[in-house]
This record gives sequence, C-alpha cells and structure tokens, in this order.
Amino acid sequence: MAAVVPSLELVDRVCAGEINAIARLLTRAEAGSAECRPALDEIYRRAGRAHVVGITGVPGSGKSTLVARLAREIRASGRKVAIVAIDPSSPFTGGSILGDRIRMNDLAGDPGIFVRSMATRGALGGLARGTLEAVDILDAAGFDMVIVETVGVGQDEVDIVRASHTTVVMSAPGLGDDIQAIKAGVLEIADIHVVSKCDRPDANKTLIDLKAMLIMGLALARVPGWKVPVLATSSARGEGVAELFDAIVRHRAALEAEGGIDMRRRMIAERRLLKAAEGIIADRFEQHRGGRIADLLGNVMGRQTSPYAAAVELLNEIGMED
Amino acid sequence: MNHDKQMIRVLIAKVGLDGHDRGVKIVARCLRDAGMDVIYTGLHRSPEEVVTAAVQEDVDVLGVSLLSGAHMTIFPALLKLLRERKAEDIIVLGGGVMPDEDVVKLKEMGVKEVLLQDTPPEQIVTTVRRLVAERGPR
Ligand SMILES: Nc1nc2c(ncn2[C@@H]2O[C@H](COP(=O)(O)OP(=O)(O)O)[C@@H](O)[C@H]2O)c(=O)[nH]1
Ligand SMILES: [Mg+2]
Repeated sequence: MAAVVPSLELVDRVCAGEINAIARLLTRAEAGSAECRPALDEIYRRAGRAHVVGITGVPGSGKSTLVARLAREIRASGRKVAIVAIDPSSPFTGGSILGDRIRMNDLAGDPGIFVRSMATRGALGGLARGTLEAVDILDAAGFDMVIVETVGVGQDEVDIVRASHTTVVMSAPGLGDDIQAIKAGVLEIADIHVVSKCDRPDANKTLIDLKAMLIMGLALARVPGWKVPVLATSSARGEGVAELFDAIVRHRAALEAEGGIDMRRRMIAERRLLKAAEGIIADRFEQHRGGRIADLLGNVMGRQTSPYAAAVELLNEIGMED
Repeated sequence: MNHDKQMIRVLIAKVGLDGHDRGVKIVARCLRDAGMDVIYTGLHRSPEEVVTAAVQEDVDVLGVSLLSGAHMTIFPALLKLLRERKAEDIIVLGGGVMPDEDVVKLKEMGVKEVLLQDTPPEQIVTTVRRLVAERGPR
C-alpha cells in the first residue's frame, strides 16, 4: 500500500503541471476534506492567470460536443486548456453517472488538454461543491483557459457567470418550442450566445427567435464596449467554432480594455467569500447539532424564539470559534 | 454539506470492437445507485484513451468490459500504460466473457478481479467496495 501524500506536498507538483498530482488534489477538493484546506489556500494564492469560461445550456443542447471542438481550437492557438464537466447526481443516493467524456475521447492524446468530470451533489447553486477550488487548481497548474460546462437547468446557473470571466449560453433546436435559456432564466447572463446544431434545418428558427428576444432588450450590456454576439455553431460540421473561440478571446480583451475585468474579479471574490461563509456555517451547524443547536431548535419549535432571533444567537455562539 | 465524504470513483469503459453497451450501462446504474460516481466513456475506446481518462479522473477503480476476445492483449496494454503513468494504485477490474485459465493469468498480471458476464449487480457493488477498502486511503 502506497503512503498517503499530504495535500500540501502536492501543491508544488500541481503548479509544475504534474497530472497525477492535479488529479489527486481535485479529488480531495471535491471531497472537501479538512486536510486539504491549507493546500487549497496556497493554490488560491498562486492562481489567477487563467481565463475562466463558463458554458451553460440544457442537457442535450450539445455542450460537451462543442467543448471538445473548442478545446482543439484553443490548442491550435498554443494555449493549454482544462475542462471541468459537471453532470447532475442522483438526489436519492448521491451517486452519479458522468457521461460528458463520451464526447471528448479524441482529446486523450494531447497533454495540453485536461478533462475532469464532477457531480452537482446538490450543492447550493448549480455548481458542484469544489468546482471553484477545481478551477483554482487547474489555473495554478498552468492551464491558460479553464472551461466549466454546467447543466443549464434552473436559476442556479447564474452561479457560473459569477465564477467565470466569460459566460457562453447555449440554445439548441429541437428541444421544444421555446428558447430554453429564457425558461432557465439564463438569457441575461450571457456574454456570448450560441445556437448549436446549425446543421439542422430547424436551427434557423431558434436563431431568429433568440435574436428577436435579444432585440426586445433582454440582453443587458454588462460590459462596456461589448455587444453580446449570437453565434451559430455546428459541431457536426465544425462550423462556427473558430468564431466562438475568437469571440471568447475578444470578450476577455474587452474586459481588460474597459476595466471590466476588475469588476468581474470583485464580483467573483464577493460571491466566493459569501459561498465560503455559507459552507462554514453549514459545517458548524452539523458539528453542533447535538449541543447548543438542539436547545435553540427547541425554542424555535416552542415559538419562544423566532428563527431569525435564534439564528443571530447561533451565529454569536458558533460563528467565531474554531 | 457533508464534508470529508470521499466518493468512490469508478471509470467504466468498453474497449475494442464489440458493439453494444447495454451491460455496462446496467453496471453503471447499479454503482451509481450504490452512491458511487461513475464515469462512462462510451464504446470502442482505445487503451490510451481509457488510461488517460482514468488518471485525469483519479478513479479508484477502472472497470473494463470486453466481449471481443481481445482481453489477453488489452489488459496487459492497460496495465503497462498505468505503470508508465505512475497510476498503479488504480484498481483494474475485468468484465465480460473469457475462459477461466485466462482469468488466472490476468490476475497474475495485476488485474484485481474478473467479473464474468451475468455476475449479479450486488456482487459487483460489494467487490468494488471491498477492493477499495483493501487498498486503503491514498
Ligand atoms: N445535429 C447535431 N447534433 C449534435 C451536434 N452537437 C451535438 N449533437 C448531438 O446532441 C446530443 C447531445 O450532445 P452533448 O454534447 O452530449 O450535449 P450536452 O448534454 O449539452 O453536453 C448528442 O446526441 C450529440 O450527438 C451538432 O452540431 N449537430
Ligand atoms: Mg454534457
């Protein structure tokens, strides 16, 4: 049996781009083990160079297939790319079947591409627990672009815009009459819109509908100097992929030029701080379940104390200690 | 949020030419229902693709199913690639159809267990759990 390597010892190896070390630290980050916390703190300090791109859209819209295509395009530009592909986990058992790699197998021969699958695990928001740490790890490991593919269902997907520099929202023909992005509430978060599967004849209608929606003013100009483009792609034919890559690079350039990048970074920092705090509170809550929390719960149940007042008391008691 | 809960990660792969994946999909579902993360990579994978995926995904177990009769070349190739990538701590599990004497040989080479076709799903789950427990933390 091999000895367990402490996470802190993995940090230098991760930063040197060593695949096994990256993979192992990702596993520990996902498990959220206390042992790896100091390592992740150090990783965070060393990260910050990568361009983080979020891609969201309903299941079946063609995200994974397009990401595989896009990865090749990114590589052709000389950049290294990492992909975090997120699939839902079963609400009943917590287990999951992660199938995004099915579309990405032909990337295997290239050491400049790293693909990792994660499950949502019912984490708050649409992102899997540990996703943001995973991005840090891949960033620190020297990948120039990190793509996060998320299942685009529900409002929660707004989280990906808050964690990425560039957000791509995908719509596809043949998945119902409506523009799925509207239903999912993610239309407004796009820096770039993509209509996939444009080899299909019904894709044109999706394109027209989407553009009409955007003209109606649903697309808020969130980055000065950036007009949200609507791109048509076909992974089947390899069309529109170069244009998508170009748009992603131009979006980052626009962020840099107009000072938007600092706004983004601030937004990401705020969001992560809040999420981390929520996570700590949830953990402490579990730790103290038997003790003080039981008393407070009794008071709330008996209507002597309101949940709000009890929460303030709770934070006073468990919030500060270690 | 339940912390410190390391999921068992399993990569299930079909290597070679045989063309259907009903069996492996059933296995994948059983393992998921047992609370594991199952990475499925699809049909007709090469050993190179499978090992790359297994290393990047840091799986505990690599389960490879073969019906095509190529097991005596595929498994040695997989084991060799895993050694080259310094990933010998990945548990290799075989599945499919093969003669008993080949099972013995594969185990000598380093395949931890071979579960022939029609192994009951519960037995697959218990085997995976046992092998991961025997390996211990890493
Ligand atoms: N016609 C067509 N089908 C596509 C295209 N891209 C993906 N698909 C198909 O759409 C389905 C879902 O693709 P996938 O990439 O897994 O979607 P995801 O769930 O959004 O990641 C698969 O059956 C793909 O073969 C495309 O460009 N054209
Ligand atoms: Mg996908």
